[in-house]
Amino acid sequence: MPPKSAQSLPAEPPRAGQEEDREGLAAAEGDEIMEEADEVEEGYTSSTPTSTLTWITWFCSLPGHEYFCEVSEDFIEDDFNLTGLNTMVPFWKEAMEMVLDVEPEDEDASKIPDVSIVESSAEMLYGLVHQRYILTRAGLAAMAEKYENGVFGSCPRVYCVTCNVVPCGRSDMPGVDTVKLYCPNCNDIYVPPSSRFQGVDGAFFGTTFAHLFFQTYREHAPAPFWKAPTSGGSPLSPRSGLTGYVYVPRIYGFKVSERAKNGPRMQWLRLRPEDPEELDMVDWRGRWLDEDDEKEDRQMEDFDPDAVDGEEDDEEEEEEEEESAMPGQKQDRHCPSPRRLSPEGACDPGVSSIKCCTSHTSG
Amino acid sequence: MEDISTGSDSDYSSSWISWFLSSKGNEYFCEVEEDFILDRFNLTGLNNEVANYSQALDLITDNLDDDIQDELRGSLDVQARLLYGLIHARWIVTARGLQKMLEKYKRAEFGRCPRVLCHQQPLLPVGLTDIPYEKSVKLYCGRCEDLYSPKSSRHGSIDGAYFGTTFPHLLFLVYPTLIPPKSGPSDTGSSNREAASGDSRSRRRRDEAEIAEGGGEDINTATVALKAERYRPKIYGFQLHETAKLQRWQEAVRDRQIARLEALEEATRT
Repeated sequence: MPPKSAQSLPAEPPRAGQEEDREGLAAAEGDEIMEEADEVEEGYTSSTPTSTLTWITWFCSLPGHEYFCEVSEDFIEDDFNLTGLNTMVPFWKEAMEMVLDVEPEDEDASKIPDVSIVESSAEMLYGLVHQRYILTRAGLAAMAEKYENGVFGSCPRVYCVTCNVVPCGRSDMPGVDTVKLYCPNCNDIYVPPSSRFQGVDGAFFGTTFAHLFFQTYREHAPAPFWKAPTSGGSPLSPRSGLTGYVYVPRIYGFKVSERAKNGPRMQWLRLRPEDPEELDMVDWRGRWLDEDDEKEDRQMEDFDPDAVDGEEDDEEEEEEEEESAMPGQKQDRHCPSPRRLSPEGACDPGVSSIKCCTSHTSG
Repeated sequence: MEDISTGSDSDYSSSWISWFLSSKGNEYFCEVEEDFILDRFNLTGLNNEVANYSQALDLITDNLDDDIQDELRGSLDVQARLLYGLIHARWIVTARGLQKMLEKYKRAEFGRCPRVLCHQQPLLPVGLTDIPYEKSVKLYCGRCEDLYSPKSSRHGSIDGAYFGTTFPHLLFLVYPTLIPPKSGPSDTGSSNREAASGDSRSRRRRDEAEIAEGGGEDINTATVALKAERYRPKIYGFQLHETAKLQRWQEAVRDRQIARLEALEEATRT
C-alpha cells in the first residue's frame, strides 16, 4: 500500500486548482481504487484524464512496485530536482506529461511511435526522480512509514531475527542491477524473496538511500556499532540483544575446528565486538594496535602510502612469527573473547573429536 | 518406485514413503532406503520418542493391517511423519544418505542463498537442535557459512530435528572438494549453465570423479576468507565511518585467523 504521507505533508504549498482536486480525490479514494487499478493495469488506461487515479498512485500500486513511495508532484515539477535527468530519459516531454497526468498536446501525439515506449520512459523518469526524492526529508519520512509497516520485509538471516530491511540499489545508474534489500543488522544485502521484484531497477532506490535512512532514523538501526564510539554506553541496547550471534557449525554436538578443511572461515563477517572499545584496537589500516607496540609512535606518519606498503610486509612477517611462537596466548591478549558465538555457547568438548571423525569417515 | 508415485492420497499402489516424499512441502526430504529402516539397530531409542511406535513403523514400511488403519489413521499419520523425520535425520549422516542429499544439493532443491554476494549458492538444510518440536528447519550456505530461513512457509514449518545439526557440516567434511569457493559464481547446481554449455554429460562425469569421497588432500582452505566479497555501505560514494570501522575490525579478526591457520600449516608441513 503506498502511503499518502507525501501528499499530506504540511510543507506543501497549494497548486493550481484542477490538479489539486484530482490529487485530493486520489488520496481519499486511493484504497478503493487500488483494486480497480489492478484490473486496469494492462490497458494503461489510468493515464487518461478520465481516471480519478493519478499516474503516480497507479504506478506505486502495481504488483512489484510495493517498495516505491509516492513522489510529490511539487518535487517533480521543480526543474532543479530533475537536473541532468533529461539526457537519460528518452521522450522526456511525453514522459513528464504522463507522470504528471498533463493532457498531451494533440499535434505531438503523432510523433510518438508507440505508447509503450513513453510508458517505459515514464517509468525510468519516475524511478530516477524517486531515487532523488527518497533522500529528501519528505521522502525519508515516506519510506520510514513503509519501513515501520514492514513493507520491505525482514532479513532472511536467521540470527538477524526479524530485523526489517530497506530497498537498496547496487548502482545509481539504471540498467545495472535489480533492487536488493539491505539489512542494517548484518550490513549485508539480499535478493528480495519474491521474483516480482526482479523487474525493478536498483537505481530507482540508489546506493545512498539505505544508509542515509539509518543515519536519519537511528532508532531503526539495531546495530550497536554506531553508538559505540560516541555514547560509549553498553552496546546491548534492547533491540540488539538477539542480533550479535554468529552461527557455530557442529558435528554430533562438537564445534567444527577451524583446523579442519571445512572449518569455519567466515565468522568474522558477522562478528561484533563485545565492547565498543574493541573497535579501537584496530587502526585505520585494519591492523591490531598492540601487535606492534614499538611502532605505535609512528602512527601519525602513516599517511604516506608508499611508506605503508613497505611497512606492511615487514609487519606481516613479524606477526606470523609471533603467532607461530605462541598462538593460544596471543589470541587471548588481542581480542577479549569475540562475543558469544551461539546461543547455546558454553560446553564444548573441543577439537579432538572432529579429528577422529575425519579419519573415521575417510578411512 | 519414485517414478510411479503421483502424489495423490488415493494412490495406494505406491508406498507410504513415496507418498510422503511426493506430497507438497516435503521437498527437502530424501528417500530413506528400506534396509536402513528395517535394521532395528538404526532405530535405537526412537521408540521413546514416538507414540504408537510399532504401528507407525508398520505404516512407514507398508505393513500395517488394514483393520487398524481406519481407527488410528489420523493420529498414526502424525506419528509416522515424526518417526520418518527422526529416521531421516540419522539416515542423511550415513554414507548413502549423504549421497542422496548430495544429488538434491546439486539440483539446488533446497533453494539458493539470498545473500547477493553469494551468487546463488545452493543451500543445505540444517536443524538448530536435534530434539524434535523445538526449532524449524533452517538453510545453511556453505559460502557465507551462515543460516537463512526458508522462503516458503511450507518449508518454514518443517521440524529442524528431521535434518539435525550435523548434516551439512558432515557433508563438507566427507566431501571437502565440494566446499564452495568464497568468490565468483557458484558451480554446484547450476543446471542451466550445464545445459547451455552442451557437454553436460562429460561435465557430470568429471564432477563425479572430482567428488570422490575423502579426496582433496591437497585442498587448502586456510586463506579462502581473503577472497570473500563483502558489501560496503556508502553514502554518496563515501563509506560510513561506523560501518567501515566495524568492517575493519572484522577483517582484522579474519586476518588473525588466517595468520593462525597459516602458521599451523607451516608447523605441520615441517
